This record gives sequence, structure tokens and C-alpha cells, in this order.
Amino acid sequence: MVERKPLLDLLSHLILMVGVVVVALPIWIAFAGSTHTLDALIASPMPIWPGGEFWANYSQVLSVGGASGTRAPVLRMLGVSFVIASLIAVGKIILALISAFALVYFRFRFKQLAFWLIFITLMLPLEVRISPTYQVVSSLGLLNSYAGLTLPLLASATATFLMRQFFMTIPDELVEASRMDGASPMRFFWDVLLPLSRTNIAALFVIMFIYGWNQYLWPLLISTEERYYPIVIGIRQMIAAESQVEWQLVMTTAMLALIPPVLVVILMQRWFVRGLVDSEK
Amino acid sequence: MKKRATFSTPHATSHAHRWLPWTLLAPQLVIVALFFFWPAAQALYQSVLQEDAFGASRAFVGLENFQALWNDSTYLGSLQTTAFFSTLVAGIGLSLSLLLAVCANRVTNSAFWGASIYKTLLITPYAVAPVVAAVLWMFLFNSSFGVLPYVLQKMGVNWDYALNSTHAMTLIVLAAVWKQISYNFLFFLAGLQSIPRSLIEAASIDGASPWRRFWTMTFPLLAPTTFFLLVINIVYAFFDTFAIIDATTHGGPGKDTTILVYRLYYDGFKAQDLGGSAAQSVILMALVVLLTIVQFRYVERKVNY
Repeated sequence: MVERKPLLDLLSHLILMVGVVVVALPIWIAFAGSTHTLDALIASPMPIWPGGEFWANYSQVLSVGGASGTRAPVLRMLGVSFVIASLIAVGKIILALISAFALVYFRFRFKQLAFWLIFITLMLPLEVRISPTYQVVSSLGLLNSYAGLTLPLLASATATFLMRQFFMTIPDELVEASRMDGASPMRFFWDVLLPLSRTNIAALFVIMFIYGWNQYLWPLLISTEERYYPIVIGIRQMIAAESQVEWQLVMTTAMLALIPPVLVVILMQRWFVRGLVDSEK
Repeated sequence: MKKRATFSTPHATSHAHRWLPWTLLAPQLVIVALFFFWPAAQALYQSVLQEDAFGASRAFVGLENFQALWNDSTYLGSLQTTAFFSTLVAGIGLSLSLLLAVCANRVTNSAFWGASIYKTLLITPYAVAPVVAAVLWMFLFNSSFGVLPYVLQKMGVNWDYALNSTHAMTLIVLAAVWKQISYNFLFFLAGLQSIPRSLIEAASIDGASPWRRFWTMTFPLLAPTTFFLLVINIVYAFFDTFAIIDATTHGGPGKDTTILVYRLYYDGFKAQDLGGSAAQSVILMALVVLLTIVQFRYVERKVNY
């Protein structure tokens, strides 16, 4: 504390409290909405306190799904989202580890070229080349498949970049010592590099899992069959219904869609903050 | 920075080592070639082609697709909408999160138990998917039964985001800012915490008020963070807000919330205009590359301390 200014501290707390309330408001209202019947909700103004339909709404959505829009059960959509997010997180981490290992610990011809080929992908997001990428995936016959849903998202080198930055900070003496002991490169990779990277891997996993879970535009194009709908697409289909939108079920689904990534962020807050701030420096 | 020690020494005897790096790089290079370079090249190539409605024939048309966009007032309109929207998202998002970060930085030093709760709650929206954020705000702002329109009605405002473009823009800006606040907040907080305490203490001993200290010391020292976040926020507003617009306004009313990426999606997948959407892709690519170059240049030269 630089100086004592109780009034300024009080003001800071007030601003933070208002901020927290505004940030939490939509989530609270959504939760309240997920515990009422539709009739209770559409009576203006809608109730802002939870009602008694919690079990009814959640069990209906999980096992049966909504009545309008899509009829896919949300439990299956949660499963699809989980598979996509895990494949993207694990895929990115494996690619990042082996590519960064090659780029940092070897000298070879055209290394500079390989470096640029990989890192130029940081510049262009998938959205700007969306139609041609869709054409590639469709001509490979990967529409409605987990490969099609995840592989194109692995083409960005964010994780590789972070891993490379980290490997550069590992003291050279470790490599020299390993070589002196006659360890092969792969042995060094398994026994020295991987154990040292544990925290970075955890941080990357959190970031990439959320990135994968929240993908929208890509699954919107690739998943045309209901059994490949991740939960975010399910929500979109539910609100696109021609008839009366069943808001209580939409809100229930929205709560179920936000709980897993929010839990990951809150429980792994330390790694998450570190991974996020490091990855962009 | 270069590694001194590597596994490739001039007198390495094993030939296996020569192929090992390529074997390790192969998976990533294959994925990047298939899903990055090939599509990017295709976009460039298709942007100078015109395809008939059934995809039966293609003809080289030079820059005609770009010319058509240039003469299309709706495309220029969506360029304007994008500029307006991203200015609002970046401006409001950065100001609010800087304010919150400054306050959080002030109270984290006190022994108040709630300080970490603020942080945990403020970073929660980061984890929420853009489309879920959109649905939450849509619900809150639902024209017939939403909580906020009810309050607005009492104040004499007749809220309807499906018909009023100002209301539609307000809704998507709110949802977009809400989601991005966490990210900005964390970076500002990290930036604030890396400012040496001795500097601030010296200034306060010299009698500088907190207000003055903020504008003459903290804010200039945060410039690299602010600039970095500005670029990230613009890119976010350009691309990651697609889900918000697709779920809430569908680019409407009329075309008043059609930002470039929504238009690209619409022309490419709904209107099936191959050449036109490829030309839009190329324009967007040029914009992003330009932003990246500006970022690197500017960060290196001007805002470093």
C-alpha cells in the first residue's frame, strides 16, 4: 500500500462490486429462467428468482432435448462437445511439443523455412479462409466426422509458439549433460523436456479446451447430422425454431453449456491465467 | 535467441538424427499445408474467377470481383458497420476493464478476503462461448418479457432489437464486450502488477495525487499492454463475434449489423457466390496482415519503455 486513502479504497470496492454484479447478472437471470415453466417466463416481467422446475427442465433437456428446433438430447451434445474440445486440446499439445522440440533442438537445412511455414499461420484466423477450407474438408469426405471438426483447427500454431518460447528458456547445460551421458534425442525429450513442461502443458490444456468447447462457425458448417452437434450448435437450433421458442429449455441448455468450461477456468485458475498471459507475450 | 547446444553436431555420426527433425515436424507441416496454405491459395485463386450458378463453368475475370464489391453499396456499408462495431467493442471493453483492473490492483494489496472473489468472477465470461453469451443477453433483453426492457419501458423506451437498429447494435456490443472483459482485465492487471512499486512510491512521496500518478506514470507505462490489447480486441470484434450476430440479429434489422465476417459467411454459404466471397476473403486477409504488421512495427518502436 503506497498510502492510506480509505475513501479511494471504498470507491474501488464499489466499482468492483458493480462490475461483478453486471458480469454475473446475465448468468443469474439465465439460471433463474432455467427453473421456471415457459408460461411463468413469458408473463412480463419474468421472475428473477429461481422457481420450482429445476429438476423437470434439466432432466428433460438432458435426456429428451427440446420440443422445437432440434430434438437431440443435450447429454449427447455435451458428449460431442467434450470429445471435440479434448481432441483439439490434446492434438494441439502433442503437435506443439514435437514441432517445438524439432525447431529448438536441431539444426538442419531449411529450418528457417519450416519455421516460417508454421508460424505464419498465426496471422490468419480460420474465418478468413472459411469457404476454401470447407471445400478441402468436404472433398476429403470429412463432413460430419470428428477429424473434419478438429483437424483444420489444429492448423494454427499458437501452442507451438508458446512451447518454443518455453524451450528456449531451458538451460543449455541440460542438453549438454544429456549428450555427455549418451542420451538419444528422444530420450532427452521423454526424460528431461516433458517433465519440465508439465505446468506449461496444464496451462495450454485449459486454454485449448475452452477454445475447442466454444467453437461455433466451424461446427455450424461441418456438423449437419444431429449426432455431431456440439452443444453450442444445439442452442442455435433451439432458438432458430419457427414456433414459440422454449426459453426455459434454451436457458437450461445454456447453463449446461457454460458449466464445464467455467469450472475448468475456476478450478485451474492459476494455470489458466499463466497460460493466457504467457501465450501472447 | 539461439540455442548453443543442439543434437545436430557437425561430427554427428548417426544419420538417423538428420531425419528426426523432419519426422517430428511432419504432422504439423501436413496439417498446415492441407488446411492453411492450400485454402489460402484457393481463396486467392478463386477471387479472380467467376463461376456460373450451377458450378459448371469457370472463367477468369481479373479484378472484376473486387470491382463489384467496391461498387456494391451494401458491402461498403458493412465495412462501415464493422468499423463502427469494432471501435465500440474495443473502446468500451478496454476502458471498462482498465477501470476494473486499476481498482482490483488497488484492493489486492489490502488483506480483504473478497479480493480474489472479484478476480474469479470477472474472469468467468472468458469461459462462456460467444453464442451462449449472445443467448444470455438476448434473454435479458427479450423484447416481450425480458428484465431490462421492462425497466426501460418504465423509463419510456420502447425496446425492440428486431426492429430498431440502434437497439440491435447495443445488444451485440454489450454481449461482445461482456465476453471480452475478462481477457482485457487479466492483461491489464498483469501489466499493472509489473510496474515497479518504487516508481509509484517515489511519485507519491513527491506529493503526486493518485489521479495524477495514474495519468502521468501508470497509463504511459501500460501503453504496450494497451496497444497489444487494442489489436487483439479489433481482431476479436472482426471475427469472434460471428456467433453473437448469427444468434441474435442475423445481421439485421435490414443489414444494419452485418459485419464483414457475417457477410462473408452469408455470401459463401447461403448465396453461394464463390468468386465474390473469395474476394471478400482476400480483403479480410489483407486487413489482418496489415493489422499484424502495424502491431509488430508499432510495438517495437514507439510504445516500448
